[in-house]
Amino acid sequence: MIPELGNFALILALLVSAVQFLFPIWGAARGNTSWMAVARPAARAQFLLVLTAFSCLAYAFLHNDFSVLYVAMHSNSKLPSAFQFAAIWGGHEGSLLLWTLILGIWSVAVSYFSRHLPADMMARVLGVMGFVSLGFLLFMLLTSNPFERLIPVPLDGRDLNPLLQDPGLVIHPPMLYMGYVGFSVAFAFAISALLGGKLDATWARWSRPWTTVAWIFLTIGIALGSGWAYYELGWGGWWFWDPVENASFMPWLLGTALIHSLAVTEKRDSFKSWTVLLAIGAFSLSLLGTFLVRSGVLTSVHAFATDPARGIFILAFLVIVIGTSLVLFAWRAPKIGLGGSFELVSRESFLLSNNILLAVAATSVLLGTLYPLFLDALGMGKISVGPPYFDSVFVPLMIPAIFLMGIGPLARWKKTSLPELAVRLRWAFAAAVVTGLVLPFVLGKWTPLISIGFLLAAWLIAAGLVGLRDRLTRTPGSFFAKLGALPRSYIGMQLAHLGVAVFIIGVTVVKGFQTEKDVRMNVGDTVTIADYRFKFNGVTDVPGPNYRAWRGLIEVSKNGTVIREMHPEKRAYFVSGTQTEAAIDVGLFRDLYVSLGEPVSGNAWSVRVYYKPFIDWIWAGCMLMALGGIFAVSDRRYRLGARAQQKIAAAPKVTRAALVTETSRS
Amino acid sequence: MNRLIALLLVLFSLPTYSQDTPPPVNAAVEQRMIKLAEELRCLVCQNQSLADSNSGLAEDLRREIRAMIVAGKKDQEIVDFLVQRYGDFVLYRPPVRSTTMLLWFGPFALLLIGGIALYLRVKRRKQEIVDTPLTKEERARVNAALNVNAGDHA
Amino acid sequence: MMRYAWPLGVFIILAVFLGLGLKLKPSEVPSPLIGKSAPIFSLPQLQAPEQIFASKEMLGKVWLLNVWASWCAACREEHPLLVELARAGIVPIYGLDYKDKREDGLGWLRDRGNPYTATAFDKAGRVGIDFGVYGVPETFVIDRKGVIRYKQIGPLTEEALASKILPLVRELQK
Repeated sequence: MIPELGNFALILALLVSAVQFLFPIWGAARGNTSWMAVARPAARAQFLLVLTAFSCLAYAFLHNDFSVLYVAMHSNSKLPSAFQFAAIWGGHEGSLLLWTLILGIWSVAVSYFSRHLPADMMARVLGVMGFVSLGFLLFMLLTSNPFERLIPVPLDGRDLNPLLQDPGLVIHPPMLYMGYVGFSVAFAFAISALLGGKLDATWARWSRPWTTVAWIFLTIGIALGSGWAYYELGWGGWWFWDPVENASFMPWLLGTALIHSLAVTEKRDSFKSWTVLLAIGAFSLSLLGTFLVRSGVLTSVHAFATDPARGIFILAFLVIVIGTSLVLFAWRAPKIGLGGSFELVSRESFLLSNNILLAVAATSVLLGTLYPLFLDALGMGKISVGPPYFDSVFVPLMIPAIFLMGIGPLARWKKTSLPELAVRLRWAFAAAVVTGLVLPFVLGKWTPLISIGFLLAAWLIAAGLVGLRDRLTRTPGSFFAKLGALPRSYIGMQLAHLGVAVFIIGVTVVKGFQTEKDVRMNVGDTVTIADYRFKFNGVTDVPGPNYRAWRGLIEVSKNGTVIREMHPEKRAYFVSGTQTEAAIDVGLFRDLYVSLGEPVSGNAWSVRVYYKPFIDWIWAGCMLMALGGIFAVSDRRYRLGARAQQKIAAAPKVTRAALVTETSRS
Repeated sequence: MNRLIALLLVLFSLPTYSQDTPPPVNAAVEQRMIKLAEELRCLVCQNQSLADSNSGLAEDLRREIRAMIVAGKKDQEIVDFLVQRYGDFVLYRPPVRSTTMLLWFGPFALLLIGGIALYLRVKRRKQEIVDTPLTKEERARVNAALNVNAGDHA
Repeated sequence: MMRYAWPLGVFIILAVFLGLGLKLKPSEVPSPLIGKSAPIFSLPQLQAPEQIFASKEMLGKVWLLNVWASWCAACREEHPLLVELARAGIVPIYGLDYKDKREDGLGWLRDRGNPYTATAFDKAGRVGIDFGVYGVPETFVIDRKGVIRYKQIGPLTEEALASKILPLVRELQK
């Protein structure tokens, strides 16, 4: 009964999303206010219907309703309840429902926070989002219905893949989807601007916070995915350039370019068509990611059940959404205009250069991910493109980008002087070079990559401090008054850039200085890496809710004193196979990582022991970036009260950007 | 995910017993083996390198590589050995050939094109947008507005 | 307007390739040995360990080499086909028991029938590596000159036999 209700709710949601798309878009084209006004209630109604369907599926999982095929495939009566809930998005059909639900959440948010938008823009934005919902609902109902029944009803389910039975499943996909799907708002704003034929600084101010929030979620989502892989997969890696990881990273790269581009459009009314293209691109890559993961086109540890029929549908959807938006772009972009001018050496051109670097980096990731497919489709053989390629191409592209990150914030808008910048930054540069050259020796190992890593991180920090000091000198008042007067968006930028520096430090140190040993250990054997001594004390049998585990006992000591015991496990799940659970001793400056391999003759086991210095700085850096985003989004101009907003909306627009635009158009 | 695993298991089954993990002969050999294995793809679990994978074939191939290192073979000879048997697919670093020119040099070519396009666009837009100086009245409005937005920044 | 049309152009090319990609099988590794001489090997036979199976002796014959193991679930699927094929007597089939235990391999043949003229016992999997074996089952078609002409990845199917393998064998046997 409940699953049928859920199915019905989806069908209704489909109809409502069609209404949400057709009426407002047509209304905006015709200037019909009552049709445009359909957008908000339609978006909210659609969300409620999808939420109903989602709740029905949740009910089926939590009540072990194995007559629903999807539940039978991904759950089990012995599965702990938290995982039973998270299993809703553990497979293809359910994750699509989550996607649609989250799209509903964003649509409802837009419907509530859009009072200050002109009616036609609001209508178009929600209309475009309605179209995307329409596509996903249709996809579910036609090819991937989570409510399909299974007759005869099995006694118990196939159980959730053991790799997914982890808190990571509870949080990583929702965060990631909030990011992916959130870029649909920026996309909708861009399409809206193209349809309306008008794009100015105020458009940028409206779309900027939405884009930043989506970017924050995506940053957190990717970081969580990486952290989860690190502790879950058992061999200490945290990024594999796997096609699905790349599918989330590409929108992130373009999304980063987009938030910087929006800043320029808002400040200076420039880059308009480039910003629109980035907004289309970021969301297109999100959709492309959806295609890659579900169509069987690429092999990936992440891929959902592969089915070319589903692949055809998504490809068609992709072609319609992206194709139409790019046709619209080709046709309407010339109307948008050029905006403010700037010199070849100016903050605008530094930001634009950075954007190009980020876009080329995203292209290189796309190229690497899809190249095996290109060659295979052309009959030119089968190759693999793995981490060695990406490391060789991506890193060199990012080096100039990071260099520019240091200079950009110090450059003036419209026109800035290179000699002046050089003078301001010469000590920062010197400090960076010295750090890069000397620090590796101090730590015991010098390679060009380690050196560059330290140089870049030091550069970012030093240049950031120079910028901060200059800014504080310009601000009047006591030291604390000065700090208090710093706008949150400035603090956000500093934090986010600091996050990048912290990230680079983490990657450089762990890749340069990590050590590992893969040994066969009998009870009582010890192995030593980097001052730490690991003693193998055998393995005990431990039962779990839906598995049986062999739990290793490893005693860790440093300089003779025992510091802790670690318990790596090898689990045999009753229904779905074996799984390694690594034991990790997390520290601010290093992780100790132990995983059990296979039992070998007698009581011995093969054991892998890793020393990973500074590895947590990688995720700390990502969290700093996200925190920076949060500060930026909470800036005063977005927190203006409703009354103040209305006052501003009523008054003639005297924004800085508008004035500059006025004066620069002859 | 489950269906994928099931599909793979139907097509290819894995040995259910494991052989003894031989202790590393020698740290230098081991290190060289891992460096090579990191650049090679495991054909069974196709998303792991030969160094990371626990599959039977990966262990066998690692053993072969160790043996070849001890026998004095050069890195390139070891790689060639594997490519002869498994094709280019086993290389995680795609070979630089006429078919992969676009892959290896495309991004840098794109960067060059982007840089040139940027340069030309900025120059051209400067000519298209002509700045006029502010009148006294406009300047007063600007000053008033700037005072309102004092805390605003980039 | 042309200036703004390049993203559309790039996307169309991409979409075409993605469409083509839906028909491909990305995890199948084609063999680089096709058209090259099969590796020469000598292994003890499964059923008579004192006797050696030497692939050199197969020169002048067209034959199938079927890689299998008792622990392999998919091999169970193709085994009846192999037995039938052996009975038809079109082409001799030789087995390569890959990374198996001798008793298990013998038991398997006893229980399910033995389609093989002889079976080589590749305990360590070394010969498998030389043939580029990366999973089980796999089947090779080898011609009179000892050159590998075709590799079947995964279990043999009626369709593969009818459309590819048997016509090739007949061609080679002329």
